[in-house]
Amino acid sequence: MPLWRPDPTFYPSPKMAMQAPPEKLAFVAMLNANNNGRPDALGVVDVEPESSGYSHIVGQLDMPNPGDELHHFGWNACSACLCPYAPHPHVERRYLVVPGIRSSRIHIIDTKPDPRRPEIVKVIEPETLATRAGYASPHTIHCGPEGIYASALGSPDGDGPGGIFVMDQDSFDVLGQWELDRGSQYLAYDFWWHLGYDTVITSEWGTPKMVQNGVNPDILLKSGYGHKLHVWDSRKRRRVQELDLGSEYQMALELRPAHDPTRAYGFLGVVVSLKDLSASIWLWHRNNGKWGVQKIIDIPAEPAEPEQLPPLLQGFKAVPPLITDINLSLDDRFLYVSCFGTGEFLQYDVSDPFHPKKTGSFHLGGIVRRATHPKHPKTALNGGPQMVEVSRDGRRAYFTNSLYAPWDAQFYPEGIRSWMVKVNVNPQGGMQLDPQFFVDFGDLRGHQVRLEGGDASSDSYCYA
Amino acid sequence: MAHSWGWPALFLLGAYHGINPGMGWLFAVAVGMQQNSAQAVVYSLVPIALGHALAIGVAVLIGALLQIVLPLLYLKIAVGAALVALGVYRVVRSHHFRWGGMQMGFRELAIWSFLMASAHGAGLMVLPLVLTLPPMPAAHHAHMGRFGDPLTAILATLVHTIGYLTLTGAVALVVYQSLGLALLRKAWLNFDLVWAVALIATGCFAWII
Repeated sequence: MPLWRPDPTFYPSPKMAMQAPPEKLAFVAMLNANNNGRPDALGVVDVEPESSGYSHIVGQLDMPNPGDELHHFGWNACSACLCPYAPHPHVERRYLVVPGIRSSRIHIIDTKPDPRRPEIVKVIEPETLATRAGYASPHTIHCGPEGIYASALGSPDGDGPGGIFVMDQDSFDVLGQWELDRGSQYLAYDFWWHLGYDTVITSEWGTPKMVQNGVNPDILLKSGYGHKLHVWDSRKRRRVQELDLGSEYQMALELRPAHDPTRAYGFLGVVVSLKDLSASIWLWHRNNGKWGVQKIIDIPAEPAEPEQLPPLLQGFKAVPPLITDINLSLDDRFLYVSCFGTGEFLQYDVSDPFHPKKTGSFHLGGIVRRATHPKHPKTALNGGPQMVEVSRDGRRAYFTNSLYAPWDAQFYPEGIRSWMVKVNVNPQGGMQLDPQFFVDFGDLRGHQVRLEGGDASSDSYCYA
Repeated sequence: MAHSWGWPALFLLGAYHGINPGMGWLFAVAVGMQQNSAQAVVYSLVPIALGHALAIGVAVLIGALLQIVLPLLYLKIAVGAALVALGVYRVVRSHHFRWGGMQMGFRELAIWSFLMASAHGAGLMVLPLVLTLPPMPAAHHAHMGRFGDPLTAILATLVHTIGYLTLTGAVALVVYQSLGLALLRKAWLNFDLVWAVALIATGCFAWII
């Protein structure tokens, strides 16, 4: 049913969204990596400090099939519905679009009747996605002004090209491939946009065949994983520019454009450099109508004894930081960086995006460190900071510690014990782990976190 | 029956179109914010009003052409039926308009406004009112129908557009300069629903006049 007034979780500008009330629930993709024939699940975590269920999983929805590998997911509708050229603010932010990156199955999950007991209302089978869009391994989901957009790693046969497809916002039907002219673009991973500039940015990981059996050292040493950004004209659906970081930079993953639609810049996390195993953050920006990219943060690898390392890394005698996720607060001020290898979680003040200032850092888990959480100071943790989500008001961040089953197994071969933690953020910079909040996922693994009502990577805005 | 209240009614209907956020003023505010300039708000109102006027003008023109071949009574019935059908369709299927982007020049903004108004049946909604207008004296002498009189058609489009521009311009400037967009969150009623009801109402109105 259409609403009489706009959905109260839609905000015209990121500034207004920062006034939103604190979230009470978080939805978490939970992966079953045990090969026991049991499915993945969507977990509901209570994040309201006054609630008796605080820091507990208070709801769990099992998927209908085993083996999906739930990964990233997103909302059917968000603040982009207020955009002036295609306004329709009377739809509801209600359904989660939850794809399986391995199965290519897409679940539409209704959170409305009872957000603690979400229900599956539609399942799009991989054959439908293949027929309608020619894609497989769906990844990022973003609600746009005209519909639901999703990226996919590749084609149904497991090769490329990967790209973007569009889904109808009402029926959830897959409408088809988005690109009209992709140029030389072949690899895909993340995408987002600058709505104010009618520009889409896409990044590169690898095709399904290149990633589904873990990091392939042969491909990696030949610089075969993605190292480019692609800039697209979103109205002509045509690639207009390619930004190459250089082939030593491998796996250009998460994209966080500035939320303010008048700001034409954004941040990219790169997993590893072949030269010295460092990880890096890059800034793309628009200058006189052309886009450019430059490195703004370098995080070096840390030396380690071979016996402390998994087989993949023993020859290198070092732990790579492995930046696997980043997130940007709604005021475009603080950038959060997850280092899955070293276990470091970092905060940078990026008010001046060309000159970031480190404002906070701590460790949790990590390949060598196994750093502990204040709630269980005697329990060594593994896995490392990974999918991070920031609250709309910017006062809290949450993160989990599992990356992607085949890659988890290479960096943490003993098997990841998965957790989710909460970080309290000082408005002027600096952050501390919430000593009361620690979720243990048991024999499942937590991946992406979405906050009820929206978060710092769920919505896009057309007004400054 | 010819009624002189048709003119102010045309103006008010224009004002009603103008107050709808989806019909223009919100876009003008967005352009102003993107360029950080009140002048940009004003400049963007020109193509937006032009596109709206074009949508009304085209509908009135089509009505005029139809009147040449159809008796007035049939035309009223046809316009009424079209309005009711469009209104019912919009209630049943809340399909929203999607064309354009944020970086549009004068021509594209005018096209956007034309398409937006046409997709919402804004021109069709004006037709029953035009039917009530008294013919211009010159036309009366020539025994022409109301639509057959180009002056009435142009004036009707103009009066409607002035009503539209007055409201859409005033709201755009007040929102940009002082109110801010927070009001959207509360005050943006579901115009699509109101609009659908208005379509049906004017359709019925066409039948009874």
